[in-house]
Amino acid sequence: MRYLPLSPDDRRAMLAKVGVDHVDALFADVPNDKLLDKLPDLPLAASELEVERQLSQMAARNLSAGQSKGFFVGAGAYRHHTPATVDHLIQRSEFLTSYTPYQPEISQGTLHVLFEFQTQICMLTGMDVANASMYDGSTATAEAVLMARRVTRRKKAILSGGLHPQYRAVVENMQRFSGGDLVQMTPAIAEAEDLISQIDDQTACVVVQYPDFFGQISDYSELAEAAHVKKALLIIVVTEIVSLGAIKSPGSMGADIVVAEGQSLGCGLDFGGPYVGLFATRQKYIRQMPGRLCGKTVDVDGQQGFVLTLSTREQHIRREKATSNICTNSGLMALAFSIHLTLLGEKGLRQLAMINHANAVQLADELGKINGVDVLNDSFFNEFTIRVPGSAHDLVEALAAKQLLAGVPVSRLHGDGTLEDLLVIAVTEMNSAEQITDLAAAIEGEIS
Amino acid sequence: MSMNRQGRKTNIDQSSSDQADAMTVSGNKALQIEEPILFDLGDTQTTGVDFADVAPFESRLNGLERIDEFGLVGLSEPETMRHYVRLSQKNYSIDTGIYPLGSCTMKHNPRLNEKIARLQGFMDIHPLQPQSSVPGAIDLMDELAHWLMELTGMKAIALSPKAGAHGELCGMMAIKAAHEARGSTKNIVLVPDSAHGTNPATAALVGYKIRSVPAQEDGTVTVASVKEALDDDVAAIMLTNPNTGGVFEREIVEIAKLIHEVGAYFYCDGANFTAIAGKVKPGDLGVDAMHFNLHKTFSTPHGGGGPGSGPVVLSKRLAPFAPLPFLVKEGESTRLVENANDRVDETSPFGRMTAFHGQFGMYTRALTYMMSHGADGLKQASEDAVLNANYLRASLSDYMSLAFGEDHICMHEVLFDDAFLKGTGVTTRDFSKAMIDEGFHPMTVYFPLIVNGAMLVEPTESESKASLDQFIEVMIVLAKRAKQGDAEPFLNAPRFTPRRRLDETGAARKPILRWSPNNKTST
Repeated sequence: MRYLPLSPDDRRAMLAKVGVDHVDALFADVPNDKLLDKLPDLPLAASELEVERQLSQMAARNLSAGQSKGFFVGAGAYRHHTPATVDHLIQRSEFLTSYTPYQPEISQGTLHVLFEFQTQICMLTGMDVANASMYDGSTATAEAVLMARRVTRRKKAILSGGLHPQYRAVVENMQRFSGGDLVQMTPAIAEAEDLISQIDDQTACVVVQYPDFFGQISDYSELAEAAHVKKALLIIVVTEIVSLGAIKSPGSMGADIVVAEGQSLGCGLDFGGPYVGLFATRQKYIRQMPGRLCGKTVDVDGQQGFVLTLSTREQHIRREKATSNICTNSGLMALAFSIHLTLLGEKGLRQLAMINHANAVQLADELGKINGVDVLNDSFFNEFTIRVPGSAHDLVEALAAKQLLAGVPVSRLHGDGTLEDLLVIAVTEMNSAEQITDLAAAIEGEIS
Repeated sequence: MSMNRQGRKTNIDQSSSDQADAMTVSGNKALQIEEPILFDLGDTQTTGVDFADVAPFESRLNGLERIDEFGLVGLSEPETMRHYVRLSQKNYSIDTGIYPLGSCTMKHNPRLNEKIARLQGFMDIHPLQPQSSVPGAIDLMDELAHWLMELTGMKAIALSPKAGAHGELCGMMAIKAAHEARGSTKNIVLVPDSAHGTNPATAALVGYKIRSVPAQEDGTVTVASVKEALDDDVAAIMLTNPNTGGVFEREIVEIAKLIHEVGAYFYCDGANFTAIAGKVKPGDLGVDAMHFNLHKTFSTPHGGGGPGSGPVVLSKRLAPFAPLPFLVKEGESTRLVENANDRVDETSPFGRMTAFHGQFGMYTRALTYMMSHGADGLKQASEDAVLNANYLRASLSDYMSLAFGEDHICMHEVLFDDAFLKGTGVTTRDFSKAMIDEGFHPMTVYFPLIVNGAMLVEPTESESKASLDQFIEVMIVLAKRAKQGDAEPFLNAPRFTPRRRLDETGAARKPILRWSPNNKTST
């Protein structure tokens, strides 16, 4: 087998050194009747060529975004162009096949990148400190709610109706099992929702999304003030991080914790993962943060270097009193994110954001002209919601049959039989002007 | 190995004036090139990506345009390449050499995994495009599920957890949901004191109280000690098997029975499944839930700290509570159930662990790896991993101190304590830093907590005999050197790394967690 370097002779020599006749003697602690006497009922070893052949056939059965006649699916994961440099660099052995940097003297590469990553996240979000990444945006949101509970010593989280439905489900699940309370607002598309009146002296946090699930962009400054008056925290969730190249930072609105999905930069779509969760907060809360933190220090020669720090918050030290049970994070995707952002720089990120916005404006304007289609947003970045006559699900399926991937029916995520006529459509730099016009024409063709 | 003998004579720990002689004008040392922090390197107006200009249009940003500069620095493409290549060269990796971190399973990462994960039909598909447009992706998940269930003899699976600890959380939530479903209010989880920190942290997160079970001298848990800790309030036990000292839990079947008799569940931490894949099925041992670390056992890369992937297999009793999304067979095809309203008969999903469907990109890599090995290769890999660890044990037992005595076989990892260093002035940490100078990544140190100065060595099946022999030779010389009272090279190690020992206390006392113009320091 090509992955196993030991030869039969090696094995014999090594067993002799160990002093046993057969390898099963090393499994002597396994109860005798539990040691398998035959192989699991699975295929036997296969050559590289054979594996590649089988899995390529499986891959070919999927309609990829690149092969489609137009791709407008978003709702928490966005198709952007990743420079070739990014994928090359993250496949360097020293990044790809290293472990968590527990031995800093031989992990300065990873640690240096994490320090830069944390700085980039602070600048993007307008916050003081950021951690070295979480699994993804949804789990980071749940961690933010738990952190708000620790900070405030209160149990209740209020979730905006504009928060991604699956993020809501993840928070709901975590709150239920960890003994928290929850208030969930009903989605009010492109309308202001009255979160402020929900805040009371039991409220740990209010969670809003920016731009929200339906694409709407709201100023949360007043909400932040109202939350702070009641000593509650404001958590702002960003699922499309590219938007922060165009719109004010959540930090500037008074957010106490900002969490985000970083997938848009450096990660592919990958059918939902691995992505990278971003987590930033205020300086005063650093000891309540979950996840790994990288800090700058010096070595015995006085040279600048980096280490993982404040680990007394973490599970391997604090065990059941840790701030989170998280251990592995999303290191490689954080690296991809950071490299992509380094290539872009502030100038490039602003340009990228503006192209996204311009393309979305073009599509919204073209759809707005179609009889029977209502664009519901009065503001948006690169994603917005339309109302169509009848079922958005049926429309999407009909277009998919023509290899056009038109968006996400809201009902797929809400799953409660409501909002069936709503479709969330995302537009990025990947969509040409022609594709945009074609999508509008195709939708018009289906509904008329 | 002449390099060791030479290494001693070169006497690197020289006086400071000699060190000055060793300095270069640039601060670089040949292939070790100093690299500044990004924010001391570039500016906000440089970009390494070209974009077409945007024609003027009326924006819809609700008057919330981001106007002020926020400081992100950009580099041109060649500068970017150099920045990260230079940084990468300051990392050790499994492709560099042996990486024997116990409990972490740093095995070879085949590049076929990467190639398959990057096929357009896997990489360039969206989790929310119509399921009808991604039958191949759903089949891949189904195939992975089949392999994992067959290898463990378990009845159901939750693929979505994002890493090992997230898998633990998923398993413990399923257990709590099962208790709730039958009106049980049991509130205690038994955790041996040899467990990973994630175990008690996870149980606490779902609202359980932790009751510690003392481990035997060899880290295992006995029926007697479980009996002692057991009462009607116990909801579950969390056991790692093989345990964190690399020993198979001999009384596991009886412990499982005992746990089931009081209506509790058996959670198995599968971090060490690499030792037994193809040899033992956890389902045969009475396990109710077990997570995998696909990034350990099935070689998806660790990536400097993730991404992981932590699918959880479940027993028949816990199967109905598996979280969303889950796979169901409908005739010839398979479908992902994404919403509770859409659930099928006899299922009662406890909720949702994450948005979308989990770490799909890790599923492709893990399945690629498993198909390459096949059932026979996976079994051989487990045997080789165990053989390699025992070979180290037998070869080093005269020179270092085995935590559980000389006659105690181990599974895939072997645990030493610091008794052999007693009175030498050399600590486990010093010893590990000296290994770095010899070109090895150290083993896991100071874990598990049940032995003094723990050194947990996991070679994995990826090491050749020649590689192990070299490792053994160096370890023997180091151990002898320490015992002969030659502490100096240990205390000063590492000496040849881009940075020497770092001030961790200072880093924690006054944390600098981001670059800012104020904390700019030149090297």
